[in-house]
Amino acid sequence: MDKKLVDLKNLTKSYDNSIVLDNLNLYIRENEFLTLLGPSGCGKTTTLRLIGGFEQPDSGQIIFDGADITALPANQRQLNTVFQKYSLFPHMNIAENIAFGLKIKKKSKQYIEDKIKYALKLVNLDGFEKRSVDSLSGGQQQRIAIARAIVNEPKLLLLDEPLGALDLKLRQDMQYELIRLKEELGITFIYVTHDQEEALTMSDTIVVMNQGYIQQIGTPEDIYNEPKNAFVADFIGDSNLVDGLMLQDRLVEVLGVKLPCVDEGFGRNKAVDVVIRPEDVELVAPEQGFFTGDVTSLIFKGVHWEIEVMANGFEWLIHTTQMHEVGSHVGLRVDPFNIQIMRKPENSAEEAVETDE
Amino acid sequence: MNKWKRQFLAGPYLIWIAGFLVLPLAFILYYALSRSDGSLTLENILAIASPVHRKALLLSLRIALICTFFCIVLSYPLAMILNKIRSRHQNLIVFIFILPMWMNFMLRILAWKMLLSNNGVINSILEFLGLPGIDILNTPTAVIFCMVYDFLPFMILPIYNSMARISPDLIEAARDLGAGNARVFFKIILPLTVSGVVSGIIMVFIPALTSFAISDLLGGGKVLMIGNVIEQSFMQEYNWNLGSGLSFVLMIFVIVSMMLMNSHDKEGGGAGIW
Repeated sequence: MDKKLVDLKNLTKSYDNSIVLDNLNLYIRENEFLTLLGPSGCGKTTTLRLIGGFEQPDSGQIIFDGADITALPANQRQLNTVFQKYSLFPHMNIAENIAFGLKIKKKSKQYIEDKIKYALKLVNLDGFEKRSVDSLSGGQQQRIAIARAIVNEPKLLLLDEPLGALDLKLRQDMQYELIRLKEELGITFIYVTHDQEEALTMSDTIVVMNQGYIQQIGTPEDIYNEPKNAFVADFIGDSNLVDGLMLQDRLVEVLGVKLPCVDEGFGRNKAVDVVIRPEDVELVAPEQGFFTGDVTSLIFKGVHWEIEVMANGFEWLIHTTQMHEVGSHVGLRVDPFNIQIMRKPENSAEEAVETDE
Repeated sequence: MNKWKRQFLAGPYLIWIAGFLVLPLAFILYYALSRSDGSLTLENILAIASPVHRKALLLSLRIALICTFFCIVLSYPLAMILNKIRSRHQNLIVFIFILPMWMNFMLRILAWKMLLSNNGVINSILEFLGLPGIDILNTPTAVIFCMVYDFLPFMILPIYNSMARISPDLIEAARDLGAGNARVFFKIILPLTVSGVVSGIIMVFIPALTSFAISDLLGGGKVLMIGNVIEQSFMQEYNWNLGSGLSFVLMIFVIVSMMLMNSHDKEGGGAGIW
């Protein structure tokens, strides 16, 4: 896990004078499942296309497996891509699609045949060799696209929102499929998505991006539990994001109430962003709460109730397994370690600033 | 009841089809199979075998084939270039290529006559440059020149359309799997534009085969295509029976070549127009 397979150094890319990536630095370790996560236009797809060789950076270097491949054309890179729209060749059957890369590499007929069989088995589509592309569903086409990529035994597989066009149930199934495939094949995956749930489920490492800058790099747990700034907190999962004042170490004032917390080192009387996850807010009797307010909305979500409480001028979002009628008077409590304090960006330019690991 | 009403709506079209398609075709067939005194015969059909007519038909086929060939050779790279220009002006550029199509057909032919004549623009330029002049007016070469010019847009459009339909993702996928430029072209672009080429062939070959105006004006009476022969038998010899017989044979040629082509044109990219 330690060897760097891909090393992106100072990558910058702009289209028509608008900067898409600004001095991006990132490395991917061998056998890692790394996800580039962010809203559209954050530069995640551009990053992937630079690695794939479909775009050239304005400046910077791409090191792959120890060699500088920045100027190498896409067809000479030892990596493969799974595209968002499957991009199967419509004039070839499934076997011909999968064999495309192998034929270019001049593999023997027997080898190609064995590989097709193996790949189809791997993606649970045995016996589909002679089928036409049109006769396959979206999920099946995407599996074939994956099979077509992995038969070439790339060291690195790039996946550009490969599940974006599939429906929810299929998407969830395919997430597990991809994890299984990665474990079986031992290939490094770079996965691009805007779906935070997908990122949390599959990744070893998540890179949260916004406006061409990396916001945070970390494990799914880090990203969810310890977001580095308001953008990450807001983008990953639901959250209650409120302004706070760090009075001193371990004490923060939120909406006029002093709350004990576990964060230190922000200094005295510093303005901060405070994140509290909806599942971390406890509903208690009014006299026991830090805040008190009235329930304004109640929605049943299956696993939990989603409740909104208006308290101290803020609409709190709360996930709880206990039902509270709309209009009932409740108190809110939060455990100190569930309060996440983040430094406020000091100016607007810093809002999207790069924060390297 | 409802069903009857709906079928009643088709009435005007049925009358149209009967009056302007079925009836004329029946007349042509009748004329083709009869003499001027009304007695039945096959000689108008078999007249195609006479040396003059056979020569005209073969010349027409040859000219149409050569014209189609040059149209493909010129259009394919042009369509590729048009497709590569991914700019805001793409539509305008395509429009410019198609613009001549909307100019009067006769005007375009006469323009070529002016250009190619012995004292014409091209010869004047050649003379000015000290080069030997050309003398191709009233030859099949002049006819082919003009045909290629006239029919080129009909070849460019379907090829360009089929090319524009290829998603850039497919090209990238092929490159990603290791394909270089040549392989991308022969394995992806060419197979996916065959339908466009087939449509183009149909749209160029058939009008080229049956045309008579171009060979009439640029051939100076020396280039006798089958279209000219048919025209002459109607307009000069007043032999409607012979004209109909030859038309009938030509129609069979057209239908056969269309059937051959249509078996390759799975997407029906415009072939149905003719």
